[in-house]
Amino acid sequence: MAAARPAPPPRRGRGRLVPYAFLAPAIVLFTLFVVLPIAYTAYLSLLQVQVSGLGLGAGARHEVFAALQNYAVAVGDAELWASALRVLAYGAVLVPTMLGLALLFALLLDAPRTGLRRATRLAIFLPYAVPGVVATLLWGFLYLPAVSPFQYVLRAAGLPVVDVLGPRSILFAVANIGLWGGVGFNMIVIYTALRAVSRELYESARMDGCTELQLALRIKVPLVTPALVMTAVFSMIATLQVFSEPTTLRPLTNSLSSTWTPLLKIYRDAFVRNDIYSAAATSILFALVTLALSFGFLRLVQSRAFGQER
Amino acid sequence: MNGRTARAPLPTAVMVLGALYCLLPVAWVLVAATKPRADLFNSFTFAPGWALLTNVGDLTAYRDGLFWRWTANTALYAGAGALLSAGLSGLTGYALAKFRFPGRTVLFNVLLAGVLVPGITLAIPQYLLLARVGLTDSYLSVLLPSIVSPFGMYLARIYAAAAVPDELLEVARTDGAGELRIFGSVALPVMAPGLVTIFLFQFVAIWNNFLLPYIMLADDRKFPIIVGLYTLLSEGVTQPALYTLVITGSLLSIVPLAALFLSLQRYWRIDLLSGVVKG
Repeated sequence: MAAARPAPPPRRGRGRLVPYAFLAPAIVLFTLFVVLPIAYTAYLSLLQVQVSGLGLGAGARHEVFAALQNYAVAVGDAELWASALRVLAYGAVLVPTMLGLALLFALLLDAPRTGLRRATRLAIFLPYAVPGVVATLLWGFLYLPAVSPFQYVLRAAGLPVVDVLGPRSILFAVANIGLWGGVGFNMIVIYTALRAVSRELYESARMDGCTELQLALRIKVPLVTPALVMTAVFSMIATLQVFSEPTTLRPLTNSLSSTWTPLLKIYRDAFVRNDIYSAAATSILFALVTLALSFGFLRLVQSRAFGQER
Repeated sequence: MNGRTARAPLPTAVMVLGALYCLLPVAWVLVAATKPRADLFNSFTFAPGWALLTNVGDLTAYRDGLFWRWTANTALYAGAGALLSAGLSGLTGYALAKFRFPGRTVLFNVLLAGVLVPGITLAIPQYLLLARVGLTDSYLSVLLPSIVSPFGMYLARIYAAAAVPDELLEVARTDGAGELRIFGSVALPVMAPGLVTIFLFQFVAIWNNFLLPYIMLADDRKFPIIVGLYTLLSEGVTQPALYTLVITGSLLSIVPLAALFLSLQRYWRIDLLSGVVKG
């Protein structure tokens, strides 16, 4: 553990141990519930079950070392690729829409001539208080042709009814639930960053003849870029891990397969097929790709947006 | 604020549209929960009924008040979990921010990496490991993993670094106070607002966490609300009568969190989040 650096300022004897004592509970729990599970997953991903004889009886199944075979199978699995591409498409639809709207709402909240700011801010933030499962229940019922007010209006107007839960639009139906749940929270994060900017800066820009639109695009947006980057990274991570929305929606539609997203597939492999070994390999792959994507994105935007500033 | 500036119609209209979009499902569930069972699929979506109390009564009667048990369970998981999590985050964040010791940077970086680990990578092996010690399908199996919040510890470190002055700690040390006492009576009061924020974030995170209890629990008497509502919905496919219960339960489950939000508004220090990137 000892890092090669100058010794800390001298303390009284047992004082040196104080920070470790303070950190002990966190280290123990973090090890038990984060480090150990990851190590165990990595270990399981290298094993396979071998069945001997007819596969009957307690001793007929035993674990054998399989090296990277589970990974090879996972990489060659067309279902996994399909679910990975689907979740990327889902993210490509959801994240830019959500952050674009969040930024728009935040800028409007920060503009002096927008009316009803307090009420609309609260209303747009309200979905954050609704758990993803409950949000999916609400939208799921609103999508059902028998309940949906949109279908009611379409029927009344004599127009053809669109099945939102059909295979073509299901991606957007799920993305809409994510958008509904996330736009308000991200709006508040960006808005908070906007409020932290000195008002004097805006005043002098206005004195120079800057319109509100120019002010927003040329001054405010660049200033909140760090907050945007942060919300983008967290939204990306959350999007890749989408699980409860499609799981909750599945009882209402046939358009969602049990491998609709990588997480659904991992869950199915582990608990429906009882193949924890390939589920472990897939979840390690999934974790590595998530980490690579979020770090890659951070590096990309940092070299672009922050490179010249700091 | 400025009464002389006239309202601009277009921005106001955009915000109102956004607000209507966000209120639509909530308004629907408010109305739908008042409809008698027979009308749910047969009356106009937003036509209210008069059966709210009957529906709540039916929900309460469902398997001897199982729904209220789920509510109590959720309060336990989210309340106790968030309280312990905020305490642990406070202790850890304080130690990381206010002491210099070998291994500090390493520990902090490991913690940061923990923020990015996907939930399922943890939940499945957590289940398998807890199964080995016979702890799955217990309250502890949901509570214990919920206490560890790398994100909360990270926020607490930022907050402690900014809010707790070193001079205050030095004065207490020269007075001969023990380190635990200094933490409890000097640092903790200063950090309290930040810890309330962490409590709230973690409370919502546990309340919203579907995957962990879904994997860990088999006995539906230990379910939190959202897992319970999910199973009701799945059963509703064959017994549509359950849909009314799902809808009423959804409405009731939104109320406590919405109340918590509105009453503790000033503690939603989201600027702490923006600090994550500003560092």
